[in-house]
Amino acid sequence: MAQVHLRNVVKKYGPLEVVHAINLDIADGEFVVLVGPSGCGKSTTLRMVAGLEAISGGDVQIGGRVVNDLPPRDRNISMVFQNYALYPHMTVRENLGFSLHIAKHSQADIDKAVNEAADILSLTPLLDRKPGALSGGQRQRVAMGRAIVRDPEVFLFDEPLSNLDAKLRTQMRVEIKKLHQKLGSTIIYVTHDQIEAMTLADRIVIMRDGHIEQVGTPLEVFENPINTFVATFIGSPPMNLLDGVVKDGQIEFADGTRLPVPPGYFTDEGQAITFGVRADNIMPVGHALPRGEHMAEVEMTVDLTEPLGTETLLFAVLAGTEVQAKMLNPRPVHRGERMTFQIMLDKCHLFDAETGDTQKK
Amino acid sequence: MKRLKLPQWLVLLLPAIIILSAVVLIPLVLSLYSSFTSYRLTRPDSIFNWVGLFNYEKAITDAKFWAAFGRTVLLLTVALNLEMLLGLGIAIMVSKVTRGQRLLRTMMMFPMMFSPILVGFQFKFIFNDNVGLVNNALQSLGITDTAIPWLVDGNLAMFSIIFAEVWTSTSVFGILILAGLYAIPRDPLEAAKVDGCTALQSFRYVTLPFLMPFIYIAMAIRSLDVARAYDIVQIMTNGGPARRTELLWTLIGRTGYVDARMGYANAMGYISIFLAIFFTVYFFKKLTKSRQELGMGM
Repeated sequence: MAQVHLRNVVKKYGPLEVVHAINLDIADGEFVVLVGPSGCGKSTTLRMVAGLEAISGGDVQIGGRVVNDLPPRDRNISMVFQNYALYPHMTVRENLGFSLHIAKHSQADIDKAVNEAADILSLTPLLDRKPGALSGGQRQRVAMGRAIVRDPEVFLFDEPLSNLDAKLRTQMRVEIKKLHQKLGSTIIYVTHDQIEAMTLADRIVIMRDGHIEQVGTPLEVFENPINTFVATFIGSPPMNLLDGVVKDGQIEFADGTRLPVPPGYFTDEGQAITFGVRADNIMPVGHALPRGEHMAEVEMTVDLTEPLGTETLLFAVLAGTEVQAKMLNPRPVHRGERMTFQIMLDKCHLFDAETGDTQKK
Repeated sequence: MKRLKLPQWLVLLLPAIIILSAVVLIPLVLSLYSSFTSYRLTRPDSIFNWVGLFNYEKAITDAKFWAAFGRTVLLLTVALNLEMLLGLGIAIMVSKVTRGQRLLRTMMMFPMMFSPILVGFQFKFIFNDNVGLVNNALQSLGITDTAIPWLVDGNLAMFSIIFAEVWTSTSVFGILILAGLYAIPRDPLEAAKVDGCTALQSFRYVTLPFLMPFIYIAMAIRSLDVARAYDIVQIMTNGGPARRTELLWTLIGRTGYVDARMGYANAMGYISIFLAIFFTVYFFKKLTKSRQELGMGM
């Protein structure tokens, strides 16, 4: 097992720089998820760690060794690809044992490692099939088995679940997490799906346009997003953002609605700010769990409802902006109904309207 | 009045049946029939002189026929393997080129754009012992001062023919293998890199299995081509010297049209067809198998 360090890592394609001097320290045995919208450089970063992309600047260290100029085979890593990348002309058994075969291990060693991996991933009955005869989920498990057999210091996952259907994805997510708990190895995992990131990660790295926006545990990035990008990217439904101005120590929205400044945030009089509140913290009176010390109330007209069973999502308009709110213990709500909503200010956020950065003290 | 009433399906198929009979069926039956006669082009009535299996027996016991047969197999084996290796090499190099690849691909096709007759004349000139390019070059460079009899010495003549054959047709392999290289998914190659493969091992274990179907398609096409080889040989050596480069179809052509013994020529032709069929079936079987291995179905 090993630590991974990225030091000012840059990736350039010709004059185009796609990863801008990022720094990241990954502890031994840590499960780190790189997440971001497509084109944010997360896969490129992973591929630089793997050695499949040349590093244009900075250092990548694995286990204390600078690996910049080492080919992938000398980096002691395994990678699971989005499209499984199995060898179609080999059976599952051969696929699993291929890396050991290449490394000239004895047949007995190979068999032992293959059987062990097959056992962990319940692939034993499939060992003599070829990838073409497997379902997507089974192929994904073979791809993971191939990674396990190498017994690497670091596992790299490149969007491994995005080709699976929703149900299978949930299942495999749990399997990957169990696998990590069992093997205790360092994992770097790339996904564009924030739910995968939240559920799997010890720490999440949120990337945008080749920069790291924020690094933190799932709860840290959920509760204390550093800017509006992270605030809207993490969490479902995304955080509601409302533009306003600070007036008389309060936030005033375009239509004159005023809300108190949430505790723990600083403001300048007259500053343009963005007010952020998640649907979980804005609920109709009587259908909420009021917990905070600092509450506020607003009246809104409901435009659209999405009943989900245990809760209903309400789409309402506040100061000209659509806001998603949650209703617990839902009752039927008809379109155009005017309701009073409670806002839990303790859980609200303030960002600078211009830079998008948090105003947290 | 009662008109002849044919069933509708027959009426609809009749044009096709008539055309196919005229261009395929009748010539085929006629040639097969004539192979059992002593048919000579110079004596048309000899086509009715039934000799049974005489022509076939004669062919099978004819050393000249088997020598030509063996030479054709040799040409097929050597030329196909050389073309495959060279084509593979060229395809891999072209696929690595980043700038001007399109131009290179077009240039690869040039040899295929010439008629084999012209290629034959060209190489006949190139290998000519007096005025040929090769001898002139060798002599000017001081490597030799004798005129090497490229087309006159039996072994050298075979070499020259193989050289010409390889020159014209390597691009068939080159183009098809290049298409195969483009079709290889990137992921398994990257997985192989991570799995510890060197470039050579990646090629051996991943690239090559993906290329095999393409190689076998090229082999099947080219085996048919070479099994019926005639034009280049006819022009360059006319089967000579002393029949040292006689191939099946130069022999058959000579027997049929020069010696006018068409019955015997047809009999040899029917035996020779099996060679082409054998190689085609062999390579198609290999093709199917290599595709199955890749999980590409039949």
